[in-house]
Amino acid sequence: MSNEGVDDGRRRFLTAATSVVGAAGAAAVVWPFLASLKPSAKAQAAGAPVQADISKIEEGQQVTFVWRGSNIWVLHRSKDMLATLSQVDSRLSDPKCEQDQQPAYCKSETRSIKPEYLVMNGKCTHLGCSPSFKPDHPAPEIDANWLGGYFCPCHGSKYDLSGRVFQGMPAPLNMVVPPHRYVSDTVVMIGEDPTDAKKEAA
Amino acid sequence: MAIVRNPYKTTGFLGWIDDRFPLTKMWKDHLSEYYAPKNFNFWYYFGSLALLVLVNQLLTGIFLTMNYKPGADTAFDSVQYIMRDVPWGSLIRYMHATGASAFFIVVYAHMFRGVLYGSHRKPRELIWIFGSLIYLVLMAEAFCGYVLPWGQMSYWGAQVIISLFGTIPYIGKGLVEWIQGDYVPADATLNRLFSLHVIALPFVLVGLVFAHILALHEVGSNNPDGVDIKARKDPQTHIPLDGIAFHPYYTVKDLVGISVFLIIFSAVIFFAPEGGGMVLEQPNFQAANPQVTPPEITPAWYFGVFYAMLRATPSLFHSALPGVIVMGGAVVILFFLPWLDRSPVKSWRYKGPVFRSLIILFAVDFCVLNYLGMQPVSPVHTLIARIGAVIYFGFFLLMPFYSQWEKTKPVPERVTE
Repeated sequence: MSNEGVDDGRRRFLTAATSVVGAAGAAAVVWPFLASLKPSAKAQAAGAPVQADISKIEEGQQVTFVWRGSNIWVLHRSKDMLATLSQVDSRLSDPKCEQDQQPAYCKSETRSIKPEYLVMNGKCTHLGCSPSFKPDHPAPEIDANWLGGYFCPCHGSKYDLSGRVFQGMPAPLNMVVPPHRYVSDTVVMIGEDPTDAKKEAA
Repeated sequence: MAIVRNPYKTTGFLGWIDDRFPLTKMWKDHLSEYYAPKNFNFWYYFGSLALLVLVNQLLTGIFLTMNYKPGADTAFDSVQYIMRDVPWGSLIRYMHATGASAFFIVVYAHMFRGVLYGSHRKPRELIWIFGSLIYLVLMAEAFCGYVLPWGQMSYWGAQVIISLFGTIPYIGKGLVEWIQGDYVPADATLNRLFSLHVIALPFVLVGLVFAHILALHEVGSNNPDGVDIKARKDPQTHIPLDGIAFHPYYTVKDLVGISVFLIIFSAVIFFAPEGGGMVLEQPNFQAANPQVTPPEITPAWYFGVFYAMLRATPSLFHSALPGVIVMGGAVVILFFLPWLDRSPVKSWRYKGPVFRSLIILFAVDFCVLNYLGMQPVSPVHTLIARIGAVIYFGFFLLMPFYSQWEKTKPVPERVTE
C-alpha cells in the first residue's frame, strides 16, 4: 500500500478522536460495575431507619435498639446524671464535641435533642468493642473520681454519661451519636435527621 | 527478529508439534539451556518453594470451594461441614490454612535473599517490582481468605481492616460503605471477598508470577556474589563459564529443598494444624457476631509488622490516618528499593560493615515488630514498636546516603565456590 498523498494531519485527528470516544466508552462501561458495589436495595432496606419506643424507659435505665447492625443505646438520664456532665469537662478529651462524632443538632454537652434522652452508637472508638454502662458511683475500681459513665473492658477507655471520652485513653474520639428525630414525645426515629421529617411533610 | 519455526529441527511427533508450537524452544530456553550461576546457596530454595506453595493453595482451594458456601448465614456452617463431614475435608482445609502461613514464610525469606545479594539492582529492577506486586496481591488474597470462614476473628478483622479506609478525609465514610456493600461488614461483603479470593486475585497472582519469571529469564539470575556470569563466556559454546543448566542441576537441588519443606509442612498439618493458634485462631471457632467483640483483635501473624506500626503511630487531629499512612508506606517503600540502594556492589558480601550491620539490624527489627503486632497493647510495647518503625523506615530512607558513602570490598571477577 502506498503512503503517498496521505494527509497526516487528518490521520492524527482521526486517531485522537477515535481514542477519545473509545476512552469515554470505556469509562461509561466501568461505571455500572463500580456502582454495583454500593449497598444494594436490600441492604438499604435493611438499613432503613428504626423506630424506638422510649416511653417505658425508667430514669437511669438504658435500652438497646439495633440499627444497621449496630447497638444503639437510648439512655434516660436523671437530673443527677445530667448534673455530672459539666463536672468532668476538664478531664475530657473533646468536652465541646468539636469532632464530627454527632449531628450538628447534638453538638452540646448533653449530645442529645432532649437533654434527658441520650441516643448513642454503643461502640468504642478505639477498636469497636462494646463499653459497659457503669452509672453507679463512687466506683474506685474504675476511677477515683468516677461520676458514672461508660467503661470499655477491652482496653480500659472511659467515657462520661454523654459518651465523651476522657483524656489519655486508647480511644481517640467520643462515641458516635447517630442521626435521630422525635416522631412524637415517646417515639424516636433512629437514622433520620429532624430535617427529614420536614421534607416528608413537604 | 523474525520468529524461526522449529529452530532445533526436531522430527517425528515432537517435530510436528514444534512446527506449530515452540515446545522444544521453551523447554531449552527456560530449563535445559537456561544457565544459572553455579554458586546458589540455601537462600535460593525459597523461590521454587513459593511456587510449590502457590500450587498447593490453588489445588486445595479448588477442592475447598466445592464445599464452601459463601454467605453470612452459610459460610461458618459450611466450614464446619468441611471439617467434620467431608471425607478428608479437614486435611484439605489444614493444607490450605497452613499453606497460607507457609507462603508468607517462604516469601519473606525469598525477599530477604534479594536484599542480601542485591537481586533488586540493575538490571533486575522489574523482577523486584513484579515481586513486590506479588507480595501486595498476596496480602490482599490472605486477608480475603481470612474473612471467608466468617468466625469472630474473620468478622472483626474485616471490620478493623476495612475501617482503615474510613480514615481517609472526606470520602472515608462513603468509601467504607462502598467496599462493604452495606453499613457494616455483612453478607455482601463476604460474597465480594469470596469473589476476589477465588477468581480475581489468583488470576492476577498467577499472571504476576509469570511476569516475574519471564523478567528473570530475560536478564538471568543473580547470585550470592552479585557477579554477572554473562560477562565471561566460553568462546566456543557461548555458555557462561560459571553457569550450569537449570535442568537437571537446579531442578534436582530444588527437589531436595521441596522434600525437606514437605516434611516440615506435613509435620505441622498432622501434629499442629492450628499452629498453636497462629494458623487458626481461637476466636474463629465461634461464628461471627456483630454484637460481641472478641477481647483482643489481632490480625494473622504475617501482618504483625504492619499492624504493630499502625498501632504505634499516634493519632493526629483525632484521626488514625497517620497510622494508616505509615502502614501503607511500609509496603510502598519496598517498590523503591532498587533506586534507594546506591552501593557500587550488589552482594552484601562485598559491602562495608555499616551496610552489613544495618541489614542484620533490619532483619531483627522486622522480627521484633512482627512479634509486637501479635501482642496486646502496652506502653512498653508501643515504645518498642515506635523505635522499630523508625529503624524500619530509616533503613530504607537513609540507604541512598550510607550505601553510597561507605567503602566496599573488591568484587571478584568469577563467582566464588
